[in-house]
Amino acid sequence: MEIKVVRDILDVNNTVAEKNREFFSDKGVFVLNLMSSPGSGKTATLEKTLVRINNKIPAAVIVGDICTTNDAERLLKTGTPVVQINTDNFGGECHLAAHVIRKAADDLDLDSIKLLIIENIGNLVCPAEFDIGEDMRGVVLSVTEGEDKPLKYPLMFRVCDFALLNKTDLLPYLDFDKDKAIENIRAVHPGMPVFEISATKGDGFDDWTDWLCAMAENKFID
Amino acid sequence: MHEMSIALHIKDIVIDSIPGDQEGARVDAINLKIGKLTAVVPKSLRFCFNIISRDTPFKGAILNIEEPPLILFCNDCNKESTIIKPPFICQNCKSSNIEFLSGRELLVASIEVSQP
Repeated sequence: MEIKVVRDILDVNNTVAEKNREFFSDKGVFVLNLMSSPGSGKTATLEKTLVRINNKIPAAVIVGDICTTNDAERLLKTGTPVVQINTDNFGGECHLAAHVIRKAADDLDLDSIKLLIIENIGNLVCPAEFDIGEDMRGVVLSVTEGEDKPLKYPLMFRVCDFALLNKTDLLPYLDFDKDKAIENIRAVHPGMPVFEISATKGDGFDDWTDWLCAMAENKFID
Repeated sequence: MHEMSIALHIKDIVIDSIPGDQEGARVDAINLKIGKLTAVVPKSLRFCFNIISRDTPFKGAILNIEEPPLILFCNDCNKESTIIKPPFICQNCKSSNIEFLSGRELLVASIEVSQP
Protein backbone atom coordinates (compact mmCIF):
# COMPACT_ATOMS: atom_id res chain seq x y z
CA MET A 1 0.00 0.00 0.00
CA GLU A 2 1.36 3.39 -0.96
CA ILE A 3 0.93 6.18 1.55
CA LYS A 4 1.31 9.77 0.34
CA VAL A 5 3.61 11.78 2.58
CA VAL A 6 4.86 14.85 0.66
CA ARG A 7 6.89 16.35 3.50
CA ASP A 8 9.95 18.51 3.15
CA ILE A 9 12.86 16.50 4.57
CA LEU A 10 14.08 19.61 6.36
CA ASP A 11 10.69 20.74 7.66
CA VAL A 12 11.71 20.26 11.29
CA ASN A 13 14.71 22.54 10.77
CA ASN A 14 12.64 25.00 8.73
CA THR A 15 10.02 25.25 11.46
CA VAL A 16 12.66 25.98 14.09
CA ALA A 17 14.29 28.50 11.73
CA GLU A 18 10.97 30.32 11.32
CA LYS A 19 10.57 30.44 15.12
CA ASN A 20 14.11 31.83 15.41
CA ARG A 21 13.24 34.52 12.87
CA GLU A 22 10.19 35.59 14.89
CA PHE A 23 12.15 35.44 18.14
CA PHE A 24 14.97 37.65 16.82
CA SER A 25 12.52 40.07 15.22
CA ASP A 26 10.65 40.45 18.51
CA LYS A 27 13.97 41.24 20.16
CA GLY A 28 14.74 43.86 17.49
CA VAL A 29 17.79 41.97 16.27
CA PHE A 30 18.85 41.70 12.62
CA VAL A 31 20.57 38.39 11.86
CA LEU A 32 23.26 37.85 9.23
CA ASN A 33 24.39 34.34 8.28
CA LEU A 34 27.92 34.58 6.89
CA MET A 35 29.25 31.62 4.94
CA SER A 36 32.32 30.69 2.86
CA SER A 37 34.85 27.97 2.22
CA PRO A 38 37.55 27.43 4.89
CA GLY A 39 40.33 29.98 4.67
CA SER A 40 38.49 32.67 2.73
CA GLY A 41 39.03 35.11 5.60
CA LYS A 42 35.63 35.13 7.30
CA THR A 43 37.07 35.66 10.77
CA ALA A 44 39.53 38.35 9.63
CA THR A 45 36.68 40.06 7.79
CA LEU A 46 34.55 39.99 10.93
CA GLU A 47 37.38 41.32 13.10
CA LYS A 48 37.70 44.40 10.88
CA THR A 49 33.95 44.71 10.45
CA LEU A 50 33.23 44.63 14.20
CA VAL A 51 35.86 47.27 14.99
CA ARG A 52 34.31 49.52 12.33
CA ILE A 53 30.70 49.12 13.41
CA ASN A 54 31.17 48.99 17.19
CA ASN A 55 30.27 52.66 17.63
CA LYS A 56 27.43 52.55 15.08
CA ILE A 57 25.40 49.49 15.96
CA PRO A 58 25.63 47.13 18.97
CA ALA A 59 26.49 43.67 17.66
CA ALA A 60 27.22 40.12 18.80
CA VAL A 61 28.60 37.06 17.07
CA ILE A 62 27.82 33.35 17.12
CA VAL A 63 30.74 31.48 15.61
CA GLY A 64 30.52 27.89 14.48
CA ASP A 65 33.46 25.60 14.02
CA ILE A 66 33.87 21.86 14.06
CA CYS A 67 36.43 22.29 16.82
CA THR A 68 38.70 24.83 18.61
CA THR A 69 37.74 28.19 20.11
CA ASN A 70 40.41 30.08 18.15
CA ASP A 71 37.94 32.16 16.15
CA ALA A 72 35.96 33.17 19.21
CA GLU A 73 39.14 34.27 21.00
CA ARG A 74 40.12 36.44 18.01
CA LEU A 75 36.69 38.04 17.77
CA LEU A 76 36.44 38.69 21.54
CA LYS A 77 39.42 41.04 21.22
CA THR A 78 37.19 43.45 19.26
CA GLY A 79 35.12 43.93 22.43
CA THR A 80 32.07 42.23 20.90
CA PRO A 81 30.13 39.50 22.77
CA VAL A 82 30.88 36.14 21.15
CA VAL A 83 29.41 32.66 21.60
CA GLN A 84 31.32 29.73 20.16
CA ILE A 85 29.54 26.63 18.94
CA ASN A 86 31.62 23.52 18.41
CA THR A 87 29.77 20.85 16.50
CA ASP A 88 32.11 18.05 17.52
CA ASN A 89 35.63 17.78 18.85
CA PHE A 90 36.62 15.19 16.27
CA GLY A 91 35.04 16.29 13.05
CA GLY A 92 31.28 16.54 13.44
CA GLU A 93 28.65 18.43 11.55
CA CYS A 94 29.42 20.49 8.50
CA HIS A 95 26.78 23.18 9.02
CA LEU A 96 24.89 25.00 11.75
CA ALA A 97 21.24 23.98 12.12
CA ALA A 98 18.43 26.19 13.42
CA HIS A 99 18.06 24.56 16.86
CA VAL A 100 21.75 25.12 17.60
CA ILE A 101 21.37 28.85 16.98
CA ARG A 102 18.43 29.24 19.33
CA LYS A 103 20.41 27.54 22.11
CA ALA A 104 23.52 29.65 21.51
CA ALA A 105 21.43 32.82 21.53
CA ASP A 106 20.44 32.12 25.14
CA ASP A 107 24.03 32.95 26.09
CA LEU A 108 23.73 36.45 24.62
CA ASP A 109 22.02 39.56 25.99
CA LEU A 110 19.82 40.13 22.94
CA ASP A 111 18.15 43.20 24.46
CA SER A 112 21.42 45.08 24.23
CA ILE A 113 22.21 44.29 20.57
CA LYS A 114 20.71 45.12 17.18
CA LEU A 115 22.87 42.98 14.92
CA LEU A 116 23.73 39.31 15.31
CA ILE A 117 26.31 37.91 12.93
CA ILE A 118 26.51 34.13 12.65
CA GLU A 119 29.82 32.90 11.28
CA ASN A 120 28.84 29.55 9.82
CA ILE A 121 31.15 26.56 9.46
CA GLY A 122 33.61 26.89 6.57
CA ASN A 123 31.88 24.96 3.79
CA LEU A 124 30.25 26.04 0.53
CA VAL A 125 27.93 23.03 0.29
CA CYS A 126 25.94 22.10 3.36
CA PRO A 127 25.18 25.45 5.05
CA ALA A 128 23.43 26.55 1.83
CA GLU A 129 20.67 24.03 2.51
CA PHE A 130 19.94 24.95 6.15
CA ASP A 131 17.80 27.94 7.07
CA ILE A 132 18.81 29.08 10.57
CA GLY A 133 16.36 31.97 10.90
CA GLU A 134 18.54 34.70 9.44
CA ASP A 135 17.38 37.91 7.76
CA MET A 136 20.24 38.02 5.29
CA ARG A 137 22.86 35.61 3.93
CA GLY A 138 26.32 36.52 2.74
CA VAL A 139 29.15 34.56 1.17
CA VAL A 140 32.87 35.42 1.31
CA LEU A 141 34.94 34.49 -1.73
CA SER A 142 38.66 35.21 -1.70
CA VAL A 143 40.85 35.91 -4.72
CA THR A 144 43.17 33.04 -3.76
CA GLU A 145 40.35 30.66 -4.71
CA GLY A 146 39.24 29.92 -8.29
CA GLU A 147 37.15 32.39 -10.31
CA ASP A 148 34.80 29.50 -11.03
CA LYS A 149 33.80 28.86 -7.39
CA PRO A 150 30.32 30.36 -7.98
CA LEU A 151 29.79 27.93 -10.88
CA LYS A 152 31.01 24.98 -8.80
CA TYR A 153 28.82 25.87 -5.82
CA PRO A 154 25.83 27.53 -7.49
CA LEU A 155 23.37 26.83 -4.68
CA MET A 156 25.44 28.77 -2.16
CA PHE A 157 25.80 31.81 -4.42
CA ARG A 158 22.12 31.61 -5.37
CA VAL A 159 20.78 31.57 -1.81
CA CYS A 160 23.03 34.39 -0.59
CA ASP A 161 22.00 38.04 -0.75
CA PHE A 162 25.47 39.51 -1.20
CA ALA A 163 29.10 38.49 -1.69
CA LEU A 164 32.35 39.82 -0.24
CA LEU A 165 35.32 39.41 -2.56
CA ASN A 166 38.20 39.27 -0.08
CA LYS A 167 42.02 39.50 -0.19
CA THR A 168 41.97 42.01 -3.06
CA ASP A 169 45.37 43.31 -1.86
CA LEU A 170 46.83 40.07 -3.28
CA LEU A 171 45.49 40.65 -6.82
CA PRO A 172 48.80 42.03 -8.19
CA TYR A 173 50.51 38.76 -7.30
CA LEU A 174 47.88 36.36 -8.67
CA ASP A 175 46.44 35.33 -12.03
CA PHE A 176 42.95 35.72 -10.57
CA ASP A 177 40.57 37.31 -13.09
CA LYS A 178 38.43 39.50 -10.85
CA ASP A 179 35.97 40.56 -13.58
CA LYS A 180 35.43 36.93 -14.52
CA ALA A 181 34.77 36.02 -10.88
CA ILE A 182 32.13 38.74 -10.57
CA GLU A 183 30.63 37.68 -13.91
CA ASN A 184 30.39 34.11 -12.56
CA ILE A 185 28.73 35.28 -9.35
CA ARG A 186 26.11 37.15 -11.39
CA ALA A 187 25.61 34.21 -13.75
CA VAL A 188 24.31 32.31 -10.75
CA HIS A 189 22.69 35.29 -9.03
CA PRO A 190 21.97 38.24 -11.35
CA GLY A 191 22.31 41.64 -9.73
CA MET A 192 23.91 40.31 -6.56
CA PRO A 193 25.79 43.05 -4.66
CA VAL A 194 29.53 42.32 -4.54
CA PHE A 195 31.86 44.23 -2.20
CA GLU A 196 35.59 44.11 -2.93
CA ILE A 197 37.51 44.10 0.33
CA SER A 198 40.88 43.36 1.88
CA ALA A 199 40.45 42.19 5.46
CA THR A 200 44.15 42.60 6.21
CA LYS A 201 44.53 46.12 4.73
CA GLY A 202 41.01 47.40 5.40
CA ASP A 203 40.29 48.33 1.77
CA GLY A 204 36.63 48.52 0.85
CA PHE A 205 35.37 48.34 4.43
CA ASP A 206 33.67 51.76 4.40
CA ASP A 207 31.23 50.72 1.65
CA TRP A 208 30.66 47.26 3.06
CA THR A 209 30.08 48.25 6.69
CA ASP A 210 27.91 51.27 5.78
CA TRP A 211 25.74 48.98 3.70
CA LEU A 212 25.56 46.34 6.45
CA CYS A 213 24.53 48.90 9.08
CA ALA A 214 21.92 50.35 6.72
CA MET A 215 20.46 46.90 6.03
CA ALA A 216 20.28 46.13 9.75
CA GLU A 217 18.69 49.48 10.63
CA ASN A 218 16.20 49.32 7.74
CA LYS A 219 14.63 46.17 9.11
CA PHE A 220 13.06 47.98 12.02
CA ILE A 221 12.05 51.22 10.28
CA ASP A 222 8.33 51.20 9.51
CA MET B 1 28.68 15.67 3.90
CA HIS B 2 25.40 16.41 5.69
CA GLU B 3 23.68 13.36 4.22
CA MET B 4 23.68 11.69 7.63
CA SER B 5 21.50 14.43 9.11
CA ILE B 6 19.29 14.31 6.01
CA ALA B 7 18.97 10.53 6.48
CA LEU B 8 18.00 11.01 10.15
CA HIS B 9 15.31 13.52 9.17
CA ILE B 10 13.97 11.01 6.62
CA LYS B 11 13.90 8.33 9.30
CA ASP B 12 11.76 10.53 11.59
CA ILE B 13 9.37 11.43 8.77
CA VAL B 14 8.95 7.80 7.71
CA ILE B 15 8.26 6.59 11.25
CA ASP B 16 5.78 9.45 11.65
CA SER B 17 4.02 8.51 8.43
CA ILE B 18 3.21 4.89 9.23
CA PRO B 19 -0.54 5.00 10.03
CA GLY B 20 -1.55 4.16 13.61
CA ASP B 21 -3.70 1.26 12.47
CA GLN B 22 -0.78 -0.32 10.61
CA GLU B 23 1.16 -1.34 13.69
CA GLY B 24 3.88 -3.83 12.86
CA ALA B 25 3.79 -2.86 9.20
CA ARG B 26 6.94 -3.14 7.17
CA VAL B 27 8.08 -0.29 4.95
CA ASP B 28 9.04 -1.78 1.59
CA ALA B 29 9.97 1.40 -0.21
CA ILE B 30 10.54 5.09 0.44
CA ASN B 31 10.05 7.46 -2.48
CA LEU B 32 12.08 10.64 -2.34
CA LYS B 33 12.36 13.67 -4.58
CA ILE B 34 15.76 15.32 -4.47
CA GLY B 35 16.10 18.12 -7.01
CA LYS B 36 19.22 18.70 -9.04
CA LEU B 37 19.88 22.05 -7.33
CA THR B 38 20.22 20.72 -3.81
CA ALA B 39 23.33 20.04 -1.79
CA VAL B 40 22.54 16.35 -1.41
CA VAL B 41 24.43 13.49 -3.07
CA PRO B 42 22.06 10.52 -3.60
CA LYS B 43 24.86 7.95 -3.39
CA SER B 44 26.03 9.25 0.01
CA LEU B 45 22.44 9.45 1.19
CA ARG B 46 21.87 5.77 0.33
CA PHE B 47 25.00 4.85 2.28
CA CYS B 48 23.89 6.77 5.38
CA PHE B 49 20.34 5.53 5.07
CA ASN B 50 21.46 1.90 5.12
CA ILE B 51 23.29 2.51 8.37
CA ILE B 52 20.48 4.29 10.21
CA SER B 53 17.73 1.94 9.02
CA ARG B 54 19.23 -1.12 10.71
CA ASP B 55 16.93 -1.28 13.73
CA THR B 56 13.82 0.21 12.19
CA PRO B 57 10.63 -1.02 10.49
CA PHE B 58 12.22 0.00 7.17
CA LYS B 59 15.36 -2.08 7.33
CA GLY B 60 16.09 -3.21 3.78
CA ALA B 61 13.49 -0.83 2.29
CA ILE B 62 14.17 0.33 -1.25
CA LEU B 63 15.09 3.99 -1.44
CA ASN B 64 13.72 5.35 -4.72
CA ILE B 65 15.24 8.71 -5.47
CA GLU B 66 13.68 10.82 -8.20
CA GLU B 67 15.86 13.76 -9.19
CA PRO B 68 13.71 16.51 -10.71
CA PRO B 69 15.64 18.58 -13.25
CA LEU B 70 16.26 22.30 -12.85
CA ILE B 71 13.39 23.98 -14.68
CA LEU B 72 13.18 27.77 -14.86
CA PHE B 73 10.13 29.91 -15.52
CA CYS B 74 10.81 33.24 -17.19
CA ASN B 75 8.77 36.15 -15.87
CA ASP B 76 9.52 38.15 -19.02
CA CYS B 77 8.61 35.77 -21.85
CA ASN B 78 6.55 33.29 -19.77
CA LYS B 79 8.47 30.32 -21.17
CA GLU B 80 9.94 27.37 -19.28
CA SER B 81 13.44 26.07 -19.84
CA THR B 82 15.41 23.18 -18.46
CA ILE B 83 19.07 23.77 -17.69
CA ILE B 84 21.86 21.58 -16.39
CA LYS B 85 24.31 24.26 -15.23
CA PRO B 86 24.65 28.02 -14.63
CA PRO B 87 24.04 30.69 -15.81
CA PHE B 88 20.53 30.69 -14.41
CA ILE B 89 18.91 32.55 -17.29
CA CYS B 90 15.96 31.90 -19.59
CA GLN B 91 17.10 29.77 -22.52
CA ASN B 92 14.59 31.50 -24.77
CA CYS B 93 15.11 35.24 -24.17
CA LYS B 94 18.21 35.20 -21.91
CA SER B 95 16.41 37.13 -19.16
CA SER B 96 17.58 36.63 -15.59
CA ASN B 97 14.13 37.45 -14.20
CA ILE B 98 13.39 33.80 -13.49
CA GLU B 99 11.94 31.50 -10.88
CA PHE B 100 12.72 27.85 -10.22
CA LEU B 101 9.80 25.58 -11.08
CA SER B 102 11.65 22.44 -10.10
CA GLY B 103 15.09 21.33 -9.00
CA ARG B 104 14.96 22.53 -5.37
CA GLU B 105 12.83 19.65 -4.03
CA LEU B 106 13.92 17.81 -0.91
CA LEU B 107 10.88 15.70 -0.16
CA VAL B 108 9.63 12.40 1.17
CA ALA B 109 6.93 11.90 -1.48
CA SER B 110 5.44 8.62 -0.27
CA ILE B 111 6.14 5.32 1.45
CA GLU B 112 5.02 1.82 0.53
CA VAL B 113 4.00 -0.41 3.43
CA SER B 114 2.85 -4.02 3.78
CA GLN B 115 1.90 -6.33 6.61
CA PRO B 116 4.51 -9.02 7.25
